[in-house]
Amino acid sequence: MSVAKDPYIELRDVVFSRGERRIFDGLSLQIPKGKVTAIMGPSGTGKTTLLRLIGGQLKPEAGTVMVAGESVPDLGRKALYRLREKMGMLFQSGALFTDLSVFENVAFPIRVHTRLPDDMIRDIVLMKLEAVGLRGARDLMPAQLSGGMTRRAALARSIALDPELIMYDEPFAGQDPIAMGVVVKLIRDLNASMGLTSVLVSHDVPESLSICHYACIVSGGRIIGDGTPEELQNHPSDEVQQFLKGRPDGPVPFHFPSVDAAADWGIAGPGQYGDGQ
Amino acid sequence: MINRIVVFGRHGREMIESVGRAGQFLFGALAGVPDPRVGFPLLVRQIYSVGVLSLAIIVVSGLFIGMVLGLQGYTILSDYGSEAAIGQMIALTLVRELGPVVTALLFAGRAGSALTAEIGLMKATEQLSSMEMMGVDPLRRVIAPRFWAGFLSVPVLAAIFSVVGIWGGMLVGVEWLGVFEGSYWGNMQSSVSFTTDVLNGVVKSVVFGFVCTWIAVYQGYDCVPTSAGISSATTKTVVFSSLAVLGLDFVLTAVMFGDF
Ligand SMILES: Nc1ncnc2c1ncn2[C@@H]1O[C@H](COP(=O)(O)OP(=O)(O)OP(=O)(O)O)[C@@H](O)[C@H]1O
Ligand SMILES: [Mg+2]
Repeated sequence: MSVAKDPYIELRDVVFSRGERRIFDGLSLQIPKGKVTAIMGPSGTGKTTLLRLIGGQLKPEAGTVMVAGESVPDLGRKALYRLREKMGMLFQSGALFTDLSVFENVAFPIRVHTRLPDDMIRDIVLMKLEAVGLRGARDLMPAQLSGGMTRRAALARSIALDPELIMYDEPFAGQDPIAMGVVVKLIRDLNASMGLTSVLVSHDVPESLSICHYACIVSGGRIIGDGTPEELQNHPSDEVQQFLKGRPDGPVPFHFPSVDAAADWGIAGPGQYGDGQ
Repeated sequence: MINRIVVFGRHGREMIESVGRAGQFLFGALAGVPDPRVGFPLLVRQIYSVGVLSLAIIVVSGLFIGMVLGLQGYTILSDYGSEAAIGQMIALTLVRELGPVVTALLFAGRAGSALTAEIGLMKATEQLSSMEMMGVDPLRRVIAPRFWAGFLSVPVLAAIFSVVGIWGGMLVGVEWLGVFEGSYWGNMQSSVSFTTDVLNGVVKSVVFGFVCTWIAVYQGYDCVPTSAGISSATTKTVVFSSLAVLGLDFVLTAVMFGDF
């Protein structure tokens, strides 16, 4: 565990389950202030869940989640909402408000949390939309956007209030190479110019490693490797190398835990619950 | 036998639990003083979509029910030669019973189901979650205005229903079947009392508005966020609301008009 001097987010020994399935089993993680931290890992290991724990939408069964010096699971309703005003989160699905236009979606957090006059809100919104290349799409409704555009509009909304912490859940998914370049540059610029603490969840290894200061790989409920991009590239662990290189065979399971394949296909076999490997 | 008691007990406990959760939910939505600068436009918009857009079905149903009451009342009352009492019969039936009850049933079908589906879809598409993460409480922002809008709309809709129904009864009774107009209105005026009839009817519609809207917003907020979950929540809204309205109507009627 690379120990950051000034962690903005700190998770210690977090345990979390969904029904019978244990998603995290003693996960510890530190996210340094003012840096871009990438969280990578196979699909379904709980990256989105991790962001929800940080945002206080889920509570861990055990362990601590500290954000900006406050223990998130212990915060009362008011304090939690106040803390969230400092956070921006890009949802994996975009989660735009379907009854508001793109412009109003981006204006929403500004209108709720500030009392700025309308012309100023207009300037800010157009600036944010320009940054994601959607200034011309301001009057469209979310249903009229493509998948990639939806995500960029949601990105503009999550940075509308210039938060201290921003969490991106899969910002690159569905972007063409040009838009991808724009988003990569936007994330880096936001971090550089405003000193945002950024958490980036992504499967795109080269893009993530190119912009992050630190990266960690989550698999099987714990961190299997972390460090700077160079440290990760030279990481001794097989699991880490398998994930970075994208090899299907190795210690990291590709399949969701299931019964033995032979049993499912009706071929004589042990028919016991496998461990997913 | 023991098993059956266990199952019964578990169902009972689950039901009480869910009522408790629904109560907590409602308290969370309504506690605290909203900022009128923000809340008022939201409320107006919801009153429009929940109340104003329900006007058509309420007016049309009210008219037909009034006309049917006119016809039925006339055939029955004229057997006793007392068709002049038709005005009073129609008014009492509508104001005491049919106005509040039918309005609430129509409201549950027209507006309640729409509320549930809308909120459920907002949940399924993570709009509620993203609102939470923006530091906006969806209970206050989404649920509260919808609840108040329904709560305020139902009594008004019920009043409109009764008025239109009385007018429809007059169309049939007076204009078509030839009951003397003076006795239609005169009998009504002398026999309908403001406190026992009109006010009790208003109390009923206030209760029904509260219950129907509560069920609708809770089912939407609590639904399983999938298409099947939303459709079953919408069904539950209509079924539970209808049962609650009819059951409560009996209880309220017994308390208000039963002479024990
Ligand atoms: N609402 C839920 N109820 C039950 N299980 C859930 C729920 N949401 C997620 N899970 C389970 O939790 C695990 C982690 O889910 P999560 O969405 O955090 O994965 P992820 O790492 O973000 O995956 P991806 O990269 O595909 O987005 C999954 O295995 C999923 O089956
Ligand atoms: Mg995810």
